[in-house]
Amino acid sequence: MDDLYREVIIEHYKNPSYRGHLDPHDIQFADNNPLCGDHIEITLQTAPDGTVQDARFDGHGCAISQASADLLIESIIGKPLDEVKNLNKQSILDMLGIELGPVRLKCALLSLKVLKAGVYGLGEASDELVE
Amino acid sequence: MSYNPHEIRKDFPIIQRKTHENVPLVYLDSTATSQKPLAVIEAMNDYYRRSNANIHRGVHTLAEEATAMYEEAREKIAKFINAPSSKQVIYTRNATESINLVAYTWARANLKTGDLVILTEMEHHSNLVPWQMLQAERGIELDFIPVTEDGLLDLDAYKTLLSRTPKLVAFTHMSNVLGTINPAADIIRMAHEIGAVTVVDAAQSVPHLSVDVQALDADFLAFSAHKMCGPTGIGALYGKTELLESMPPFLGGGDMIKEVKLRSFRPNTLPHKFEAGTPAIAEAVGFGAAVDYLTNIGMDNIAAHEHEITEYALERLEEIPGLKLFGPSADKKGGVAAFTFDGVHPHDVAQILDRDGIAIRAGHHCAQPLHEKFGIPATSRASFYLYNTKEEVDLLVNGIYKVKELFG
Repeated sequence: MDDLYREVIIEHYKNPSYRGHLDPHDIQFADNNPLCGDHIEITLQTAPDGTVQDARFDGHGCAISQASADLLIESIIGKPLDEVKNLNKQSILDMLGIELGPVRLKCALLSLKVLKAGVYGLGEASDELVE
Repeated sequence: MSYNPHEIRKDFPIIQRKTHENVPLVYLDSTATSQKPLAVIEAMNDYYRRSNANIHRGVHTLAEEATAMYEEAREKIAKFINAPSSKQVIYTRNATESINLVAYTWARANLKTGDLVILTEMEHHSNLVPWQMLQAERGIELDFIPVTEDGLLDLDAYKTLLSRTPKLVAFTHMSNVLGTINPAADIIRMAHEIGAVTVVDAAQSVPHLSVDVQALDADFLAFSAHKMCGPTGIGALYGKTELLESMPPFLGGGDMIKEVKLRSFRPNTLPHKFEAGTPAIAEAVGFGAAVDYLTNIGMDNIAAHEHEITEYALERLEEIPGLKLFGPSADKKGGVAAFTFDGVHPHDVAQILDRDGIAIRAGHHCAQPLHEKFGIPATSRASFYLYNTKEEVDLLVNGIYKVKELFG
């Protein structure tokens, strides 16, 4: 009925492949979206060659936030961390394959914000990370 | 004459509009802000077209007209809540600012380190944060009347809290999430028995119920125009005269003074003492028009209609498998239905309903601690006002079944 709720999004929301928490991990970061109370935690293990060996997300939130987290994790496993640093808003929109208004964009970008804050070793996840 | 919401809807231009692809608007978000009848929009337009001038001290015709309109609106508002005098009605920006006014003036003059302030677990952030700020600054103590599983205040626990002789009890008259109508008169009477002052957050009650500040014996009572068919940007604080007289002023500037020297000033009399700078004049006029509009329909008629809609809505929503409602039964609450729906985040519920033109709210509704208490990050909230119909409740229910289908 609705582009926003394409089957792929509902599917990743209901049956995520990468939900969980890695222990031990090299990188861990978590943040909330205060607007809707979405919460995302990402844990990540790096390989000696600087690539992402494995990663998981955990948390709760709307279908958009959780599906984009699952798609994001899927896309970064095996990738060099430098490449992860280059991901931006458009990368997420391409994965989701939908257009989003400003409010829902925040839901979609939460996982990338958390991921990048973790990879850069920042204390706080700011919106500028995902511009 | 029986109450006919279909007739009332004709008074609200926005309700005639369409949303996506010509879908009629089903506005179920009046708890956030109400829609405005034409009478209010016209009153504000007329003010700007005919009478706009700065108020007080002007001697020209427009200034006199503007002043009269501004003060007439205050009289109407005072009468609407049965205040003994319009001097006891202070214009503010909204209920939030009204509560902050009490926190900045009365509380800073009267509370010291270790003094206890009692709030409740169902407060809106507007009646939590000002007191938390005072706690950080002053070292006052905060404690909370707990909320029971069915969304009521635990009055036995309140009695126990009162034995610790709090100086202030600040509580919501009607919860913006649970809809619970709290027994304000009892809460105030019990507070007065031990000498505590009371602040009533009436942002949700004044728009929906007949509120009588004298019957409640309220010391302070805060509300906003925009939730009661009036414009945004204006609200009111009612206070007992002796309290308002004894309080230091709030903001400093023009209008709140009687006399200014280079190094000193004397504050103005009530209510002007608390109204610094050029106020929201057109909004005050709109506020007065909103009060006229509601008075003409009758608050008891509005309350009865909302009760009927709410009872019907709760009954229909309860039928939906996987839907969980929060708050008490219809006889103890106003027109609010907050719910969660198994496996679907409230934001998704709201977004899917929006496609059918149905406007509800999703999130924590500025009551995050209350949601934490119930162990949920967010709820979907449909709310009802004088213009809502049972047909709209049916559309809501059908919409939720669509959500269910989509998320399988």
